[in-house]
Amino acid sequence: MTVVSRQKAASPEAAVPSRRAGLSEGKKQERRLGWLLCAPAALVMVAVTAYPILYSIWLSLQRYDLKFPENREFIGLANYATVLTNNYWWTAFGVTMLITVISVAVELVLGMGLALIMHRTIIGRGLVRTSALIPYGIVTVVAAFSWRYAWTPGTGYLANLFSPEGAPLTERASALAIIIFAEIWKTTPFMALLLMAGLALVPDDLLKAASMDGASWWQRFTKVMLPVMKPAILVALLFRTLDAFRIFDNIYVLSAGANETSSVSMIAYNNLMKGLNLGIGSTMSVLIFLTVAIIAFIFVKLFGTAAPGSDDVDGRR
Amino acid sequence: MAVETTSAKVKWGLLDALVVVFALIPVLWIVSLSFKTAATLTDGNFIPREWTWDNYKLIFQTDQFVRALVNSIGIALISTVIAVVLGTMAAYAISRLDFPGKKALVGVSLLIAMFPQVSLVSPLFNIERNLGIFDTWLGLILPYITFALPLAIYTLSAFFKQIPWDLEKAAKMDGATQGEAFRKVIAPLAAPGVFTTAILVFIFCWNDFLFAISLTSTEQSRTVPVALSFFTGASQFEDPTGAISAAAVVITIPIILFVLFFQRRIVAGLTSGAVKG
Amino acid sequence: MADIVLDKVTKKYPDGTTAVHEIDLEIADGEFIILVGPSGCGKSTTLNMIAGLEDISSGELRIAGERVNDKAPKDRDIAMVFQSYALYPNMTVGENMAFPLKLAKMPKAEIDKKVAEAAKVLELTEYLNRKPANLSGGQRQRVAMGRAIVRSPKAFLMDEPLSNLDAKLRVQMRTQVSRLQKQLNTTTVYVTHDQTEAMTLGDRVVVMRGGYIQQVGDPQTLYDNPHNLFVAGFIGSPSMNFLPATVEESKLRTPLGDLPLGDRVRRALSGADAPRQVILGIRPEHFEDARLIEEHQRAKGFEFTAPVDLVESMGSDKYVYLTVEGEHAVAADLEDLAADAGGADLPPQDNLVTRLSAESRVRDGADARVWMNLDKIHLFDPRDGHNLTLHEGQAAGVNAA
Repeated sequence: MTVVSRQKAASPEAAVPSRRAGLSEGKKQERRLGWLLCAPAALVMVAVTAYPILYSIWLSLQRYDLKFPENREFIGLANYATVLTNNYWWTAFGVTMLITVISVAVELVLGMGLALIMHRTIIGRGLVRTSALIPYGIVTVVAAFSWRYAWTPGTGYLANLFSPEGAPLTERASALAIIIFAEIWKTTPFMALLLMAGLALVPDDLLKAASMDGASWWQRFTKVMLPVMKPAILVALLFRTLDAFRIFDNIYVLSAGANETSSVSMIAYNNLMKGLNLGIGSTMSVLIFLTVAIIAFIFVKLFGTAAPGSDDVDGRR
Repeated sequence: MAVETTSAKVKWGLLDALVVVFALIPVLWIVSLSFKTAATLTDGNFIPREWTWDNYKLIFQTDQFVRALVNSIGIALISTVIAVVLGTMAAYAISRLDFPGKKALVGVSLLIAMFPQVSLVSPLFNIERNLGIFDTWLGLILPYITFALPLAIYTLSAFFKQIPWDLEKAAKMDGATQGEAFRKVIAPLAAPGVFTTAILVFIFCWNDFLFAISLTSTEQSRTVPVALSFFTGASQFEDPTGAISAAAVVITIPIILFVLFFQRRIVAGLTSGAVKG
Repeated sequence: MADIVLDKVTKKYPDGTTAVHEIDLEIADGEFIILVGPSGCGKSTTLNMIAGLEDISSGELRIAGERVNDKAPKDRDIAMVFQSYALYPNMTVGENMAFPLKLAKMPKAEIDKKVAEAAKVLELTEYLNRKPANLSGGQRQRVAMGRAIVRSPKAFLMDEPLSNLDAKLRVQMRTQVSRLQKQLNTTTVYVTHDQTEAMTLGDRVVVMRGGYIQQVGDPQTLYDNPHNLFVAGFIGSPSMNFLPATVEESKLRTPLGDLPLGDRVRRALSGADAPRQVILGIRPEHFEDARLIEEHQRAKGFEFTAPVDLVESMGSDKYVYLTVEGEHAVAADLEDLAADAGGADLPPQDNLVTRLSAESRVRDGADARVWMNLDKIHLFDPRDGHNLTLHEGQAAGVNAA
């Protein structure tokens, strides 16, 4: 307290309140406290992401194979040329896109249904919500093993039921279908929870007014609920799209990327761990990062998805 | 909407049942597999014909699983504690204080929440090898904290924003210092939010596979999800299916407990953190 | 107990906006003073500066003669009641009230005694062990009051403490607050946007607008002698009627007809810079049904006939809305008032609101013969809104403000 008052005494009452002098002692203290409290989190986040991503850009410009470390040299964009002219990369890219688009589209529909059920159900609401949280919470690898064994010939109830002769996980189309299915099972509840938060924003009176105006159930849904929920839907779509694009665990366990079922994350990982090629692996890392940035940019620009947490979201409500 | 006719109840009941079955079948299946004897493992029956604890006994006798379990619990707990402490500090500042750079911090956390983790795998692999923290607990804790922080900051800011601002003013008027106002008035109100966030962060760390498989190479720091994938073909298990299933069930237990006891909080945390921000 | 002095107190925000402009105000020891004005007028900012919750950009604030600009709220020894009540949800009623005493490290026995006393005064004794969530709005409000009075602070600050209550409870609590303040005789600064609260509660009322004090005075003075259009329109319900008027020779031309200029008005308009275009203001109760006027009064007033739009019978009197054709009074002050009342969204009113005796027999749709009291009219300068008809002593106050 003495320190504060001495500082105060040293700076006479700001007679000419410039912008700087307009900041009182309390305000400055608030700033300092704010920075102090945020600094550790900011430092960790930046140190563990910004530095490595810059480092990986640096690595991507080099020939750097851990099996032949002596051949390390700066080669400019040659790695990018290698990757971008490579069929494996484009196949993986296509597979990732396919998985992303189908799973997110299906999840949106199922998630909306689940959100409506969780929001409106008149019996067993707690039970439904609890059950729905299990796929969200369960370790992806565990769920993936469950699906894998379910589709393993002989062992699995699903394999025996649907394809007694074949081995669905060893054929490309069926393997991809199973991967997408596993992804949908795991993440629909998350989508549903985000949508449910949007549903909670739809005022009951608005729906009642719409029914009084003669709107059918479907009209109430499309004309009243969807417009109000739009921000929540877009945020959910953005999050899930970027999340689906990173798909790794399910593929690793279900097909190990065999039969051209690798995602971009899978081949980047394989290049690093199996190929020990840091240059190429880093190039892929950078390309994936760029793709994700572009997707996010498109969402924000095209749909005006407000970043969650930004004040705009609060303001709009 | 308030009219609860019998037919409406039946309709909702059927829908509810469908959701419950859809959500639980894969879990029940892996539980069922874990209780099957070696002989009946490949019979394809959904319910075991013979029940046995053998698979569980087996995994708890091996170092590979026990060690991984210890790693998983230790790494997830440490990461959770650190992420929640740092997240609480930052979220308090974001929701309560006015300072330049606040928006930037929110923006950075948002970017990280959307960041493709695989992009970090290559550089982190090399950086951690150079720093000598590859294949250590620390090597996993660092990225876990990083990716858990945005989640923690969002969820906590949402909770903090719900605490009425007037209370802190009232406490100051009642003669409290800033510290007392926080300890006696804000902290008790924030505790449920912090706890919920801790659960979400723990689930995140507990679930991770990509970092765990890329940044570890030995049992010293492998977590259970990774160890599971290494059971395959490992010599001490002739057919790893039963063992994998049992191990999978073991690491699912904490998740089930969280979901059972804290369903309401988890739902509140996820919805507020992700949408209301 | 203490007096509070605001000496050129100013609040300027970092973004350059000024919420409060050099306010001078002396609040006497034990006085109950009301800050009133539309939202954004700076009244809450002023209160928060007195509380220490917001910094004072320039000027000086003295409590009991001591400069407190740099003191933290906890060191100012003043208590505050918030609009949201700000009750600690994790504490019981008793713990809420004991909280400031606990922070002051008072012995337990004494705390219990003080809380019990306060609870008795506010009739909260049976609720002491309840949590705020289990109380009604009125009870919560009383707990908030209780938390303020247990400490016997130098002053009470109240930030719209009644605005979250429903209308009936608000009236009850208003009398209780008033009684409590008289009983404790503690300096109280009370912020409200409700002019009825301002009129009924305070010893003195401070009308604020846009960060400036418009007028300070006891309620009756504000009502009878408003310094400007804004105060005239803000104080009183229903509000004063405003009509455009033109000064001509010895007449005042208005939409109601040509009014004769009395001596009082003539004097007011005698100044060299007196405008020709003025705004005529007259309160609803200064009209009467012409048939009920006694002869000797008739001469003091002016009679006119106008179609009746609507009659609202209150039992004790009748509110009669008369349709008046012609232009509307235009002034910046009036626009502010309309915006505050939400009137900006409404079509312009052609109505003159009058309060007539209950015996009046005017009916909807018919024409009414109405008398107005010329002694009570005010003329305002539309350019700056100031009241031309105040006598010299009062007019001096305008310039000071």
